[in-house]
Amino acid sequence: MKPLTSWARAAVVALPFFSFSTAAGEVKAYIGAEGRYFFNEPLSSAQEEHSTSLSANIEFFHDYDNDEQRIAITAFGRADSVDNNRTHLDLREAYWWKGFDQFEVYLGLRKIFWGVTESVHLVDIINQKDVLENIDGEQKLGQGMLQLVSQRDWGLLELFVMPHFREQQFPGEKARLRSPLAIAEQAIYQSDKGDQHVDFAVSWNHYFGVFDMSLSHFSGTNRNPLFIPSTQEGNEQAFQQTDTVLQALYQQIHQTGLTVQATAAEWLWKLEAISIEEQHYGRNSAAVAGLEYTLFTLFNSNADLGLIAEYQFDDRTGIRETFAQNDLALGLRWAFNDIDGSELLAIASHDFDYHTQFVSLELGRRITDDWRIEAEARFFVADNPEAPSYALRQDDYIQLELRRYF
Amino acid sequence: MNLIKNTLFPFLTISSLYFASAALAETPEQKGLAIAREVDTRDLGFGDSTADITMALRDQHGNERTRKMRNRTMEVAGDGDKSIIIFDNPGDVKGTAFLSFTHKTGSDDQWLFLPALKRIKKISSSNKAGAFMNSEFAFEDISSQEVEKYTYRYLRDETFEGTPVFVNESDPVDPKSGYSKLEVSIDKARYIPLKIDFYDRGERLKKTLILSDYTQYLEKYWRAHTWSMKNHQTGKSTVLTMDNWNFANGFTDKDFNKNSLSRIK
Repeated sequence: MKPLTSWARAAVVALPFFSFSTAAGEVKAYIGAEGRYFFNEPLSSAQEEHSTSLSANIEFFHDYDNDEQRIAITAFGRADSVDNNRTHLDLREAYWWKGFDQFEVYLGLRKIFWGVTESVHLVDIINQKDVLENIDGEQKLGQGMLQLVSQRDWGLLELFVMPHFREQQFPGEKARLRSPLAIAEQAIYQSDKGDQHVDFAVSWNHYFGVFDMSLSHFSGTNRNPLFIPSTQEGNEQAFQQTDTVLQALYQQIHQTGLTVQATAAEWLWKLEAISIEEQHYGRNSAAVAGLEYTLFTLFNSNADLGLIAEYQFDDRTGIRETFAQNDLALGLRWAFNDIDGSELLAIASHDFDYHTQFVSLELGRRITDDWRIEAEARFFVADNPEAPSYALRQDDYIQLELRRYF
Repeated sequence: MNLIKNTLFPFLTISSLYFASAALAETPEQKGLAIAREVDTRDLGFGDSTADITMALRDQHGNERTRKMRNRTMEVAGDGDKSIIIFDNPGDVKGTAFLSFTHKTGSDDQWLFLPALKRIKKISSSNKAGAFMNSEFAFEDISSQEVEKYTYRYLRDETFEGTPVFVNESDPVDPKSGYSKLEVSIDKARYIPLKIDFYDRGERLKKTLILSDYTQYLEKYWRAHTWSMKNHQTGKSTVLTMDNWNFANGFTDKDFNKNSLSRIK
């Protein structure tokens, strides 16, 4: 079990000091059982073939002071049969909110999403990703912050001050979906303040007619580390008998982001772009642009079929190269709109530089109003040793999860 | 989706000249339009409201599922209403919220808040004929529609369950509508709809909506507590119950934007 960060501990300790004098708040929760089946033998004999796990998520909120103040807590935990690192507990949210006449304040752990596209999330940078949960980057660790929000006639303005940083947590030796080399326990930081560097961000969000737009800027510790091969002595984390491990290096960056979505009848046109400045590397840019076209009430049924196409570009090279540097993603979103809320999301992408492919299928439906089943399958077609996804070539998997909501 | 307005007809700023023309209307089209405008005018000025919604979905075999929602609506001078719907069940969609700005002309603006990802998505409002929450209500049945979006024709006087009514035909202007026409029975005394027959694109009777249990609020505004929709073609039905109406909540634009949507519980 990973220990809670100091921020999360502080939030837990502080909770009893909030007043609960008015009516009880609302609680929402689920528990889930998950199984992952891998189609192929693992690359390393140390890796287990399949895994099962149990998870739980509980949310609580309480409004008081005539709904001008709120406290909210979301806790998530998972116990995994194979990976001790994936057995983890996290406070996704633990914050206090107060509304004032001209602005609002949030203080504590929060989860923030920025972006419009489906195949990659470029501008979304406030939270660290919980990559142990899912490689899609949509699960996140709670981020401590002071957030100021002000709705003006000319848009929504948000300021973030983030006094701590949370490192990515990586799968352990026995787990699948990991790099062949171990990642050292000790990360290194460009900033001599380490994980205590104070990060800042600002965003503006507005809409004009069919256009929804946002501009954002972030200055601070990059959420995505660079991986530096290291042969330091005494690294007990090494997966194999060699001494080579990867060391996560967190650089300081300045990242400016833009999102645009035009919503015109059945067409959604989407763009996310970032310009990123990093010491020793200068300025780079990345973008994802595409569309989603929906066929509503397909064949006079209740179902809607969405067709997705997005092109991904990123000019960072070398150890900074990303998976989405010159790729086309095509997808289908099938919402059956039946009584059990059945839905299917299928995305296939092709990398034009390395000629690799990636396929993701997600299928979900309710069984009753309280039970839901979800299936997820991912396939990595990568026989090019130079390709970023080569390390995952044996890790095609299907996952089933059953959830009970309360 | 604007479930709050109990009428299917929108607001229109109208001069007293229109009242005069209503009385003197000669053609069925003029009389139909005048009735629609009068229905609309009588609901002007309600300000804002909230209500709790329970939707019972019944299939042809009598199986029933229940959906619960909460609604907040604010009247906007010179345009369609702003509203938010918060979904309270089933468990996997609990906390999902839907923000809608309806407009007199042009497409409505609609955003969805997905609580698991904390993501707000602007969504297409073209899905007029699609089913709302798998119910027998289409999105266009429950959205605040504007006078300009229909053409009207007065058909006849009639009695519906003992109440004298006008029967008014409304023809959707939008080709994306799932209907060729609606026949609306309007209480002559109160100018509120009591029954609506919906005809599909093939001119066949598809659904009938009965609006009942009307209560008057603020000594002026009538709200139906029960909306009962029957689909004649499939045998399915949906009964939508709206309770705990509250007016004069003091809502402002700040209660209906992407920021308030992201905070909604």
